[in-house]
Amino acid sequence: MASPAAHREDTAPAPGPPLMEVTDLVKHFPITRGLLRRTVGHVRAVDGVSFTIGAGETVGLVGESGSGKSTVARLVLRLLDPTSGSVKFDGQEIAALSQRELTPLRRNMQIVFQDPVSSFDPRMTICSVITEPLEAQGISSGQQARDRAAELLDLVGLSSRDLDKYPHQFSGGQAQRIGIARALATNPRLLVCDEAVSALDVSVQAQVLNLLRKLQVELGLSYLFIAHDLNVVRYISDRICVMYLGRVVEQGPADAVMTDPKHPYTRTLAGAIAADPRTGGGTRRVVVRGEMPSPSNPPPGCPFHPRCPQAFDRCSTEVPAPLPAGEGGRTASCHLLDITAVNGKAVGR
Amino acid sequence: MHPQPLLEVDDLHVEFSTADGPVEAVAGVSFTVGPEETVAVVGESGSGKSVTALAVLKLLDGGRISGGQVRFDGEDLASLDNRAMRRVRGNDIAMIFQDPMTSLDPLYSIGHQIVEALRLHRPVSKKAARERAVELLEQVGMPDPRRRLASYPHQLSGGQRQRVMIAIALACSPRLLIADEPTTALDVTIEAQILELLHELQREYRTAMLLVTHDMGVVAEIADRVVVFYGGQVVEQGPTAQVLRDPQHPYTAALLAAIPHPDSAKELQLPAIPGAVPALRDMPTGCRFNPRCAMAWDDCTREVPPLYELPGGRTSRCLLHRDGGGSAVVAPPAPPLTAELAPAGPPARAPLTTQKGI
Repeated sequence: MASPAAHREDTAPAPGPPLMEVTDLVKHFPITRGLLRRTVGHVRAVDGVSFTIGAGETVGLVGESGSGKSTVARLVLRLLDPTSGSVKFDGQEIAALSQRELTPLRRNMQIVFQDPVSSFDPRMTICSVITEPLEAQGISSGQQARDRAAELLDLVGLSSRDLDKYPHQFSGGQAQRIGIARALATNPRLLVCDEAVSALDVSVQAQVLNLLRKLQVELGLSYLFIAHDLNVVRYISDRICVMYLGRVVEQGPADAVMTDPKHPYTRTLAGAIAADPRTGGGTRRVVVRGEMPSPSNPPPGCPFHPRCPQAFDRCSTEVPAPLPAGEGGRTASCHLLDITAVNGKAVGR
Repeated sequence: MHPQPLLEVDDLHVEFSTADGPVEAVAGVSFTVGPEETVAVVGESGSGKSVTALAVLKLLDGGRISGGQVRFDGEDLASLDNRAMRRVRGNDIAMIFQDPMTSLDPLYSIGHQIVEALRLHRPVSKKAARERAVELLEQVGMPDPRRRLASYPHQLSGGQRQRVMIAIALACSPRLLIADEPTTALDVTIEAQILELLHELQREYRTAMLLVTHDMGVVAEIADRVVVFYGGQVVEQGPTAQVLRDPQHPYTAALLAAIPHPDSAKELQLPAIPGAVPALRDMPTGCRFNPRCAMAWDDCTREVPPLYELPGGRTSRCLLHRDGGGSAVVAPPAPPLTAELAPAGPPARAPLTTQKGI
């Protein structure tokens, strides 16, 4: 078990190999047209993404809708097959494994969705909902599985008295606790949370965030945490990857990335967060013009250059590579960080 | 604040009939919106905030106003028949919803839909209406507005659709705009754009706005006054800056504390509110917030607190005010990460009514 906050005090990459290592991950969805379903183009949903998740670490994935973050979540779990690239889990390459070879690995990687109720069968009791993965994996069944389900309900703050109830008898927050209990049934090491708290009321969202952090401390879990609320992601994450049009444009320690962003897009995102309401309001956010282009027709060069206030000629022709951007292994993919090439032009803040 | 409010909601009650008998979704709500004022109604799901907004326009699907009055410019809307009500909707009072995709007709071009909205209330030619539609689209920041007239809703992004909805809502220069979670489905950068747009247009058209939202950040940014809903009642009301800086009701304080913000200490838990929002038919006795309130005592389970008038045009529904003065509400502290978690509360019943776009 990981000690409570050990990994939080140390922003340097965890020693030893990471639990998950994603390298140059690509997913293109074909766009087909006509009777013969000719491929007329590709949606470049994920276009060369690399990051790592250490044991006991939380990596937050942020970006606007269409940036590819949910596709990344499905790719690393092999719920989707990547077009190219590598996904290593605990040192083992899983991008090319067959579904049969994947089955035993799946118990180590689970997902929690935004709307747990829609992923439950309304006619199944909570006990069956939670024990289903145990039986599918051949881990346990019968009374043994039921005991495990009771233990899991207790772990997520519900009661074993709830075992024979049905999903509709629970509130949104309780249903999400059940979703978490089911995901934990097989004792996974990595939990992917895809907008897992986004649909919850504020008062209940805080409960579920606290629960996720408690479980991480107790079970030594790693999280890949996806949410559109940047304050939520920043609170729960050790590190953050900022995605734009299928690419990671910046990544690094959560607080550093949000307080001192190095990529102009991250600056845009951080500036668009509403101020803490308890200051009384009256402050306006930084408003950036335009919207994210479609991933079926991404602009050449840097994906952000059409909206970037600091773009210069090179940005429209050359895709920027990730460059070192500070402590804790920070990188940002922006030509402005390439001092030699900017030639005396204004370099970011 | 304003001598003659534009909208007065006075002791409004709304009932929905269900298989198990009627349930009250809004239980005696009162507030006003002055001319050109922005008032935010904020609350969690099931607080009755959206139902109240729909009741103002008499758009309740399956529900009915079972008591109280809604006065617009002095006229009681509850007494108007459907025909008269249709004249008010879109003309004097316009509404925009969270999900423009369900409010826009997928079969018609957006140009057609704006022109239709204009001609419904104004005797203008089709040609003049089209010109006005281009003008409106330009005002709401739609790129290439003339060409966009021929676009269908599915060809637009979420932000662009919400811009079209705003154009339609403003077509007849309404005096009151009701916006129900207008930016909830949008990304932060687009949300910032739409809020800025609403603010600008509101000044230009001199429109009052009733904003329904769950997001305190949006409230802080745009509202002059805020009305906090809980369990179908108003629990606190007052000028935005004062309420957010110095909440007087324990619910408002706890809600503000539960939001993760940039300074939230990572080595602490978030100060969550225990339990869940009560179901409509299982409202606790006494104060409706008492089972979740860190400051509750015996009286809170027995006595229904009235709305106490506080200095500075504020009100708060909490027995702490009974002996006069402020309540000295303190936000619950953040417990350390390893402390016991806030309990999830007893299983709730299924929600009785879910209000979707109409």
